Amino acid sequence: MMTDNGFPVVTALIVLPLVAAVALFFLRQERTVRLATLGVGILECLLAVPLFGYAPAGPAFQFVEHAAWLPALGMSYHLGVDGLSLYMILLTALMLPLCVLGSWTYIGKRVKEFHFCLLIMTSACIGVFAALDFVLFYVFWEAMLVPMYLLIAVWGGPRRRYASIKFFLYTLAGSTLLLAAIVAFRQVGGTFAIPELMEKTYSFKFQLWAFLAMALAFAIKVPMFPFHTWLPAAHVEAPAAGSVLLAAILLKMGTYGFLRFCLPLTPAASETAAPIMIAISVASIIYGGCIALGQSDIKKLIAYSSVAHMGFVTLGIFLFSVSGVSGAILQMLNHGITTGGLFMMIGLLYERSHSREIVDNQGLGKFMPSFMFLFGLFSFSSLAFPGTNSFVGEILVLVGAFKGNVWIGFAAVPGAMLAAAYMLRLLQRVTWGEPAAYKPSWKDLGTREWVTLMPLALLVFYIGLAPALAIKTIEPSIERTLADMRAKNLALGLTKDMPLAERMRLPASLTVAKAADSTRKELP
Amino acid sequence: MTIYNLLPELWLLGTICALFVASLNGRRGQPSWLPLVTGLGVLAALLGLPAREEMLYATYQLDALSQFFKLLISFGFAVVVGIGAGKKENEDLTPDYYMLLGLSAWGLMLLASCVELITLYLALELSSYSLYALIPLRGQDRRAAEAGIKYILFGAAVTALALFGLSYIMAAKHTTYIAALAASSWSFADAPLAVLGLMLFLAGFFYKLALFPFHFWCPDVYQGAKNETAAYVATIPKLGAVVVLVRLAAFVSPHMEVTNLLAVLGAVSMTAGNLAALVQRDLKRLLGYSSVAHAGYVMLGLAAGSAAGLSAAAFYSLAYILMNLAAFYVVCVVARDGDNPGLDDLDGLYRRAPALAMILAVAAFALVGLPPTAGFTGKLFLLSAAWDQGYHWLVIVAVLNTAISIYYYLGMVRHAYTGESDAPALVLSRGAVVFGGVLAVLVLLVGVLPAPLYDLAAMAGTRLHP
Repeated sequence: MMTDNGFPVVTALIVLPLVAAVALFFLRQERTVRLATLGVGILECLLAVPLFGYAPAGPAFQFVEHAAWLPALGMSYHLGVDGLSLYMILLTALMLPLCVLGSWTYIGKRVKEFHFCLLIMTSACIGVFAALDFVLFYVFWEAMLVPMYLLIAVWGGPRRRYASIKFFLYTLAGSTLLLAAIVAFRQVGGTFAIPELMEKTYSFKFQLWAFLAMALAFAIKVPMFPFHTWLPAAHVEAPAAGSVLLAAILLKMGTYGFLRFCLPLTPAASETAAPIMIAISVASIIYGGCIALGQSDIKKLIAYSSVAHMGFVTLGIFLFSVSGVSGAILQMLNHGITTGGLFMMIGLLYERSHSREIVDNQGLGKFMPSFMFLFGLFSFSSLAFPGTNSFVGEILVLVGAFKGNVWIGFAAVPGAMLAAAYMLRLLQRVTWGEPAAYKPSWKDLGTREWVTLMPLALLVFYIGLAPALAIKTIEPSIERTLADMRAKNLALGLTKDMPLAERMRLPASLTVAKAADSTRKELP
Repeated sequence: MTIYNLLPELWLLGTICALFVASLNGRRGQPSWLPLVTGLGVLAALLGLPAREEMLYATYQLDALSQFFKLLISFGFAVVVGIGAGKKENEDLTPDYYMLLGLSAWGLMLLASCVELITLYLALELSSYSLYALIPLRGQDRRAAEAGIKYILFGAAVTALALFGLSYIMAAKHTTYIAALAASSWSFADAPLAVLGLMLFLAGFFYKLALFPFHFWCPDVYQGAKNETAAYVATIPKLGAVVVLVRLAAFVSPHMEVTNLLAVLGAVSMTAGNLAALVQRDLKRLLGYSSVAHAGYVMLGLAAGSAAGLSAAAFYSLAYILMNLAAFYVVCVVARDGDNPGLDDLDGLYRRAPALAMILAVAAFALVGLPPTAGFTGKLFLLSAAWDQGYHWLVIVAVLNTAISIYYYLGMVRHAYTGESDAPALVLSRGAVVFGGVLAVLVLLVGVLPAPLYDLAAMAGTRLHP
């Protein structure tokens, strides 16, 4: 195996949870299982530390690892990290110990299997963000479905059977066409290696079909407006840790997919579809916000707010401006931190009052002040209050939107206002509302719970007050991606006001077509 | 001609003779030495992998393709014997039962090496006749008798059709050697009679493979036959069909009449199989329709007809028997008193036998084609080969079919993991768990590291399509 710098960092991040998952079967006691998984989680975070050595000015992909997998078909084991994936990998590693701590008392049955699923999930998610081979990406992308399905189906709420199967069917059905797109890319590009595929341009017609196939898979995962119905069901039924993983990591795979595949591989089609994608994003923002406003179940409210927040991310991506895309990536990270924290807290609340309804959880401010302090903090972050992390991401996306087209900006602003409305309504009632029935179980946060939430709370402030560091790390990758995109569209001869019929006739540029011809021959 | 090269066939023949002797003393139950001997048979087939020879006036050929399939057949046979080994108390599993199974497997081994149409036909019949006798063997069960009659009637009709087709081919091409046939043109314009004959001849193998519209026997026979017999019928004879289809598909090129027929039948077969499987409650019927769908997937590789396509078809049949044997293993163990298990019998399997639930989940997700399992890699190769040859519509139909099929495969997992049941725990011996676990691990392993086996399959493919 070839690695950049001696120690295979990314492989270690993927393999460690896998090995630990198998090792869990040899442990007996529940407490040992929890402690062992916690230990693995902390180790995973420590293993991820070398990733901070990512040099923004360095080569496009760093920490690259390459090994033969199936040379006959051009498949390889190829991993790497760039600015688009760096923070997602770090976030995934961070979430593992937090999820273990957060479910310390929440999960009481089948403890071993639960932690098995958590570990496999972590491994697969890191794989998705680090894969530089299209097949490898797909393997991780699909492999992650099974543990997530089990998390919902086995440890979920009363309607878990319905929610889990809906989640599985929806996401799998969406990604079947992605497989066809992968196979098609191999035929025209001659390889499954993503960096090599990125160097080529493809005919517009091919780009359009490939874009549609990929965008469907990613849009369902995000989820974007018409495909979002699986999300509230899954969130409401999933256990706390499942919801955290779902919100913090899973949803990001969709937007990451847009950034990693749609923009670089199908730039012309992305540009063509951008108005529609922007319209859908704005629809997600407004629709998610409106529906969240009417929820009486706290978890459902947060789930719909996720739809709105992810709308900002896709909006930022399809603006194709540096501020838009970097806002989108920050927003991905922030949404993971903030909504992850919120779901974690709802889990804690559910343990105390056995209900997620707002009416059953009113007036907690008197009984659980420090709980409400953190809940308030995450809620303010969720509505993008200045000084918190989400503010930075959202303002960058909005700046990008106003720069791109004033009308898009104006269309997205009500979304930000809606967020304030539904989050403040929730916060007001939960903190100051008249308690319907006092419950003696309303105890304030314990030490373990403080430890679980502190890292996220600190990140809220850190990114909120000093965002420059994060932005500096990701910006070179974004600039490179956008510059590539413009160059390819120029080479293809795409102009802004070209009608679709004319675009369909755009062939792949000549030099590239030749390169593809030589590899188009039968393999092996 | 060295006898050593024929080791896989001879070993199995020896096993059959030994079983015959064992059957004479009238003892019931599986002979205790059988699993070991069939296991050694796999080893023999492994040793026979590099054998290359032409014998018997060039009608019998040992090449990469035949040796690869012989390995698969002996492996499948060993697994079926292993499944039966867990059922010591079963009265029906006598030495002559295994002798008939072995004879059928032996016929298929010969089939893998036949490169002349009449020899091929004889080998096919050899493998079929013992199955005709095996399927009705299920105590006094009436469903088994019905299944036996259906299998024979259907089989006889299709065989007649195939023979009729053979006569056309002989009339038009004046030869029955595959090598000579491959050298001539197979477009409808050049040789209409031969193309028609070939299509009819292929029907005989479509029947074995349970490809639409020759699939009607499949769910009924699986349901009627004993679970162990069903495990055999569902897996090993399909290998024989695939190996012949791979040989015959090598001499037509993409987008000819025959290839398009293969593509269309494949598309219809996967759609029909998956849709019908959605409503099944009986596990064996469900797996029966699923095998109809999988027969359709194999057509992707055959329709592509290129070296990559043929190797993909060979590799997929390997993945197919692995995951199906794992699924049938669970069916056989779950069934109480050898009865047919339904979906509801899987309820709460997670509590009753956690290891079994895990094996079932691996098998089901492999049958869907979810990574990282053998089912996924196999499907990826098929899709990739078909796309390269321009069968874009077929690839899209195939991936959409994955979306349909997920529902019923997931249904099995859902029953096992989220269903509640008061049924008592299933007690499994350590050996049985290890046996099933090895199958499941193989399914995963072939999915994660396909390279060595794919290279074997690729060798077979390139040999046919230099």
